[in-house]
Amino acid sequence: MSHTKTTETTTQAARQQPEVDRRPLARQRRNRMLLQAACIVITLFMALPIYLIALSATSSRAALQEFPLSFIPDNFSLETMETFLQSTGILGGLINSVQVGIFTLLLSLIIGVPAGYAVARFAFPGRDPYQLFLLFTRALPIVVLSVPLAQLFLQTGLYDSVIAVVLLHTALALPTTILITSSVFLGVPRDVEEAARIFGCSPVQAFLKVVMPMAIPGIAAASIFTFVMSWNEVLGASILTLNQRTLPAQVLTSLAESPLAYRFAGGFLLVVPALVFIFFMRRYLTNMWGSTIR
Amino acid sequence: MAAPDAPAAARPQPRPAGPRGRPPRKKGTSAAMLLIAPSIVFMTLLFGWPMVSGILQAFGGPEGLTTANFTRMTQDPYFWSSVGNTLLLIVVMIPIQFVLALAMALLIRAKPKGSSAYFYIWAIPLAVSDLAAGLVWLTVFTDRGYLNSLLASFGLEPVSWLAYDNYASMFMAVLIAEVWRATSLVFVIVVAGLQSIPKDYEEAAGVFGAGFWDRLWHVTLPLLRPSLQTALILRTILAFQTFAVALALTGQNFPLVVGETYRWYTGLQDANVASALALVVMTVSMITAIGYLKLLKDQSEAPR
Repeated sequence: MSHTKTTETTTQAARQQPEVDRRPLARQRRNRMLLQAACIVITLFMALPIYLIALSATSSRAALQEFPLSFIPDNFSLETMETFLQSTGILGGLINSVQVGIFTLLLSLIIGVPAGYAVARFAFPGRDPYQLFLLFTRALPIVVLSVPLAQLFLQTGLYDSVIAVVLLHTALALPTTILITSSVFLGVPRDVEEAARIFGCSPVQAFLKVVMPMAIPGIAAASIFTFVMSWNEVLGASILTLNQRTLPAQVLTSLAESPLAYRFAGGFLLVVPALVFIFFMRRYLTNMWGSTIR
Repeated sequence: MAAPDAPAAARPQPRPAGPRGRPPRKKGTSAAMLLIAPSIVFMTLLFGWPMVSGILQAFGGPEGLTTANFTRMTQDPYFWSSVGNTLLLIVVMIPIQFVLALAMALLIRAKPKGSSAYFYIWAIPLAVSDLAAGLVWLTVFTDRGYLNSLLASFGLEPVSWLAYDNYASMFMAVLIAEVWRATSLVFVIVVAGLQSIPKDYEEAAGVFGAGFWDRLWHVTLPLLRPSLQTALILRTILAFQTFAVALALTGQNFPLVVGETYRWYTGLQDANVASALALVVMTVSMITAIGYLKLLKDQSEAPR
């Protein structure tokens, strides 16, 4: 009996033998768990509202009338979205929004890319004041431009047109486009451009054939940024238009007299592009903000 | 978070340094002027012209220059409450957003499992407009919305969160929606700032026995100062322009200054008073912007 007992104690001792301090390990594991928990809480705060608006927009009208509302998608229906899309001005607003976004993007690239290139590559007098001027315009509130622009557009016959909104949005996006593209061009080594010149390219050819391909990813990110800005801008678009509303302007101006289902569907349609844009931009976000704020 | 295929702009590329250590720039004044001319013409037409005519409009009346528009503006019952609401919102919201954004950025830097998915989800509101944010949170706070549904499932009485006589809960709703929407901007700027800080500093402080809070307070935050300053000013200027979130959530019950401009222009059809209000917003933004430029200047002169 006693023999077996001793072996038992020895094995026990052997098991405990290498006296390792497990506390740091436990602390590390606990910290990891706290880290995950904090991340999950924040993710819930960020994602839950988007889930809820998606849920409301894909519930039938009858389901939206119920109380308490169901938190799980057990009443999937496209009725709410269909009714919304068939409301006056929504489809037209959607088309206008896409048109305004694309034209804004193109116009701000046409004007902004050469300017960004000049800021990145040339030492010219007035370069610093020019950059200060760009920073200054970024701080101007949209509302300051919108009201006087509405009057000017009324006089020139541009009021209530896609072009009017495109002009305003381009003015808003241009400073950022110039600052981003200039930082993109700064990242393209000068040597390759000079090599192209040595091999017989004209300055324009060197730019188009060598610099542009290397700058495309950054410029694409800047373009998406411009489109998002235009898609989201609501104040100027509603002041400058009457019948040619963009989607957010249409939703805003019909807020007061529209049923809840309409507003939920509108909110969902406005949020969906954000999910897509950020998905494509997520790798560029920190770089863009890191470079543009300087 | 450093992406392998980051745009060339972000990668600091070694290049032959000029005499002053900066990349040599070409001298080509006429070419440069030709390239920036369209942008200058465009901006002058769309910023300069409207600004001048906006100022004239604000002081304009049927019989010449007048301050009557400003008198009408300040006598409107909504004006002072909109100023108060805007300032209160900014004062309460900005500290919350900065603490939250800093915490989020530090969490991401600790590289938890799935950090890129977290980053994506936390950045989504960056591309959500304030109108959409208001509508998103309307599903939560409306009388028969999800928050009251949750309360009901616990057997609690529903609350009219957005009723005009319930100022505190109305303010909370607008505040939460704005914190949700606009913290992402600060978060992304702070993440970008953290990426540019070498880890060595913190590790060195750790070796010398500094705890987490010491390292944060004495090492990380001072190094983050440029990013935090930029984010602060940018966020403040943008916060002055918030209006649709309150409109979507509360209608006219929680007026904000820019929302008042919109109401004077579209509802009351008075472009002159709307211009006067816009001028107020612009003046406040300009003062902030000048502070912004001053801070940027100080920071570039200070040793980093």
